[in-house]
Amino acid sequence: MNELQTKILDLLKEDARLSSATIATMLGAEEAEVSSAIEEMERDHVIVKYAAVVNWSKVDEDKVTALIEVECSPERGHGFESIAERIYLYPEVKSVYLMSGAYDLCVEIDGKNLKEVASFVSNKLSTIESVISTKTFFILKKYKQDGIIFEEFEDDHRLLISP
Amino acid sequence: MIKDVEQQQGIRSQRSGMNDYLASAARSIPPSGIRRFFDLVSASKDSSIISLGVGEPDFVTPWRYRDAAVYSLEKGKTQYTSNAGMPELREAIAHYLHDRFQLTYDPAHEMLVTVGGSEAIDLALRALVEPGDEVLVPEPTYLPYSPISTLSGGVPVGIETFAKDQFKLTADNLRAAITPRSKVLILCYPSNPTGAIMTYEDLLPIAKVVEENDLIVISDEIYAELTYESRHVSFASLPGMRDRTIVVSGFSKAFAMTGWRMGYACGHPDLIAAMLKIHQYTVMCAPIMGQVAALEAMTNGMEDMYRMIESYNQRRRLVVQGFRDIGLPCHEPQGAFYAFPCIESTGLSSEEFASRLLLESKVAAVPGYVFGRGGEGFIRCSYATSVAQLMEALERIGNFLNKLR
Repeated sequence: MNELQTKILDLLKEDARLSSATIATMLGAEEAEVSSAIEEMERDHVIVKYAAVVNWSKVDEDKVTALIEVECSPERGHGFESIAERIYLYPEVKSVYLMSGAYDLCVEIDGKNLKEVASFVSNKLSTIESVISTKTFFILKKYKQDGIIFEEFEDDHRLLISP
Repeated sequence: MIKDVEQQQGIRSQRSGMNDYLASAARSIPPSGIRRFFDLVSASKDSSIISLGVGEPDFVTPWRYRDAAVYSLEKGKTQYTSNAGMPELREAIAHYLHDRFQLTYDPAHEMLVTVGGSEAIDLALRALVEPGDEVLVPEPTYLPYSPISTLSGGVPVGIETFAKDQFKLTADNLRAAITPRSKVLILCYPSNPTGAIMTYEDLLPIAKVVEENDLIVISDEIYAELTYESRHVSFASLPGMRDRTIVVSGFSKAFAMTGWRMGYACGHPDLIAAMLKIHQYTVMCAPIMGQVAALEAMTNGMEDMYRMIESYNQRRRLVVQGFRDIGLPCHEPQGAFYAFPCIESTGLSSEEFASRLLLESKVAAVPGYVFGRGGEGFIRCSYATSVAQLMEALERIGNFLNKLR
């Protein structure tokens, strides 16, 4: 990862819709250079996807999110990889992280309601052979996600004109 | 006795309105031109206006500095500090100035923490200027230098600088303005409103003229950290200039701390002592919560500052390119966070241009004439605004120009 690529990522992570031309101007680089750096990062899956950060609480749709601590026994030769894969292939699973500390996998899942999440945990997650135990925590409110604060506040308090 | 009373009444009856009570110096200074434009913008109450007229960072003070101030309030730090400012803050500023700008000041005798850079400018001018003294002010420039000189009975002398010189002060222009009454030269580089900087090579001939004419320099270096192509050179770091220079700076711009009003002045102990006397009688000390936040900025806040500077630089490139793309010549601003494009090709005065741009295209920019000589024909556009807003503003200005053509 070179310096230009890092700077491009810093800009795209704030606004993925910036054009290569704009990024090139902002960084004092050539447009072709920026385009090829972006293409390279897309090819190498450094940039995986360009997606909107959505504040779902503003969308009139029932939705709950839960974080589940999963304790499991690793498999010989595979460690946690194949268990993680068995879990992340479920479409309702949004993210899976291997953790240090008191449990092994942290699983984030979306469901329409508590019942749906509960049913996923009891019917699918807990029944996986190497899963020893689960603890489910429902998210009540998101204040900040991916560095973006959801609370609405006037963020520019400046006078319109000042010396 | 009776005659005395009659005389007094006579004097009173000559005063027909409250203005007659005002000191002539206060009466004579003009109201700020920027204020008039501010009233025009605020009167419109239109939320679709994009303002490029703001002379302050769009960043909120980094949380780290705010947190330090909040914590100190919780701990009950609400007292006066020493007049010159908290000793540990002065120590920290001294280290900072040495690390960043190769300036060496004794924090005990050569430094004073002030209520914003503005107070430091006021103190310096009051400490130096006597009735009739001429104060040389390169223009276009930040507004207060001339009015404050006038309040001290001084005579401000504007020195026009030009786009062809990238708005730098040249030794020839300076020399041409000097008279036997010249005493103080103000330098404000990186410049508000032009974004001009002065390099070591640019400053060297100025230092020569300063020496030859026995001038004293107030160098307002509030934008020192905001230079993009080269590091800022402090005028005080030039050979022989340290004791002839009062360096004024502060936390407002680089550390995004405008509302805290934290500034400082450094210079020869005799000058600082005189400024300190005035400071003692007028404000006692800068507010302690601001000093605590500033100390945090000095000791742990550099990374936050670098991040903000990098972001200004990106937006600077975007805006300069943007103006050139829509056909407004724009000299490359190498410092501060302003672009100063030339609008002469439209045939409008800067005031007409700015007013019509505001009313017809909902973009606020400050007309150049308010910044003094050489400002007419330009508008000041701050790029301390989000990329999305800047791009929208540039598009609106482009459409406005097309309508004029």
